[in-house]
Amino acid sequence: MERVKKIKAGDVRTASRLIRNLEDGMVEARSTIKHIFPLTGRAHVIGLTGSPGAGKSTLVDGLVESFRKKEKTVGVLAVDPTSPFTGGAILGDRIRMQRHAEDPGVFVRSLATRGALGGLAKAVGDAIHILDVMGKDIVIVETVGTGQQEVDIINHSHTVIVVLIPGMGDEIQAIKAGIMEIADIFVINKADREGSSKLRREIMAMLDMAPPETFAAGWRPPIIRVENAFEPEGFGKSLEELSATIEKHYQHLVQHNLIGSRVRRKAVVELNEAIRNSVLEPILERLVQAGEIEQMIQKLINKETDPYTLAEDVAKRYLKECST
Amino acid sequence: MAERKLRVMVAKPGLDGHDRGARVLARCFRDAGFEVIYTGCHQTPEQIASAAIQEDVDVVGLSCLSGAHRYLFPAVAKLLKEQGADDITVVGGGIIPEQDFQMLYDAGLKAIWVPGATLDSIVEWFRTNVQPRN
Repeated sequence: MERVKKIKAGDVRTASRLIRNLEDGMVEARSTIKHIFPLTGRAHVIGLTGSPGAGKSTLVDGLVESFRKKEKTVGVLAVDPTSPFTGGAILGDRIRMQRHAEDPGVFVRSLATRGALGGLAKAVGDAIHILDVMGKDIVIVETVGTGQQEVDIINHSHTVIVVLIPGMGDEIQAIKAGIMEIADIFVINKADREGSSKLRREIMAMLDMAPPETFAAGWRPPIIRVENAFEPEGFGKSLEELSATIEKHYQHLVQHNLIGSRVRRKAVVELNEAIRNSVLEPILERLVQAGEIEQMIQKLINKETDPYTLAEDVAKRYLKECST
Repeated sequence: MAERKLRVMVAKPGLDGHDRGARVLARCFRDAGFEVIYTGCHQTPEQIASAAIQEDVDVVGLSCLSGAHRYLFPAVAKLLKEQGADDITVVGGGIIPEQDFQMLYDAGLKAIWVPGATLDSIVEWFRTNVQPRN
């Protein structure tokens, strides 16, 4: 395919257009991915997550700088939230990364969540494949500002970085399930602020209490302190430490044959998603177009039937196997 | 289900830190249901053109209040054209004297707004004149 060839050659227009078409749910874009998929698996995918304003975009910018110094090419996917009311979005992560805009070794793309709840956008999985095939050595995915539960990033990353800042809550926060469990590396950002030592102690205590098998092949998530981004020297040093730790983590995955388990996680999610797209979506679209959905909703409101009966009826009509 | 969404970039080229207007517009585009990429102040035309292509936007909206629009706006339009991206609509706004309008249109800008323009009229123009590119 001509398009795949162009993407392989690193053509930015073609790649950004394809990501756009995937976001917009164009069916022909999905068929291009069929040709992209077999070529993937080369890039090291790094996920960054943390609360709004924790400094994720600034860290991504610093990481890009640090990887570029090592002559690695970098792709960035930065996700920001879509308004549940208007469908609009302000994608502002780029502001922190604009100094790399002219570097041909860096590709930055902003995506809006468009209703996805796991901290990413639906198209992120395929967008990672595209950047991978473009030849980016490193792909960094920045989630929306997350709370406690948005952990989809683990399904798409080899290395997950959870960014924390001092003063966000007591020690109970650190032992809750969810986002604190997914880190391969913790960053205490804005560590020059009050409370950073306390935060560090809390993370340490949480890790000390974790059962040893939590740490795959003995990788206990290191904690990196990053201070004020407006003091370039110290900030730059911390970022060197962070990028070195990221590389160490990747080597750890490779040495202990752990890449496979991460790849498997992504495969499971992609398969589920693809089945949903190919099976459920066309049926829903027909029901919507025929006005049937509206009738069903009315029936539910009037308590004439229940959602399970309706769904089973739909399955009987459209899915041969399910009706037997 | 396939749905095209308008992607708009709001950019401030040159040495001009007055971004209130740009931010108000970004917010208003968001409320109109567009996806808005805001790149912040002090951008070179090269950075803006390159970001517009990476983001696959339909429109680039340039804001300039410093008087350098005669250089900066055409520069962005030219760079997009050189990179085969002249299907991206370029519009502008700011403190722009009427006698400069024609040269900006000649340079490829499709619309110019100056103080007094209402948000509604700008959104309306976008809805009428810019379609998500296919």
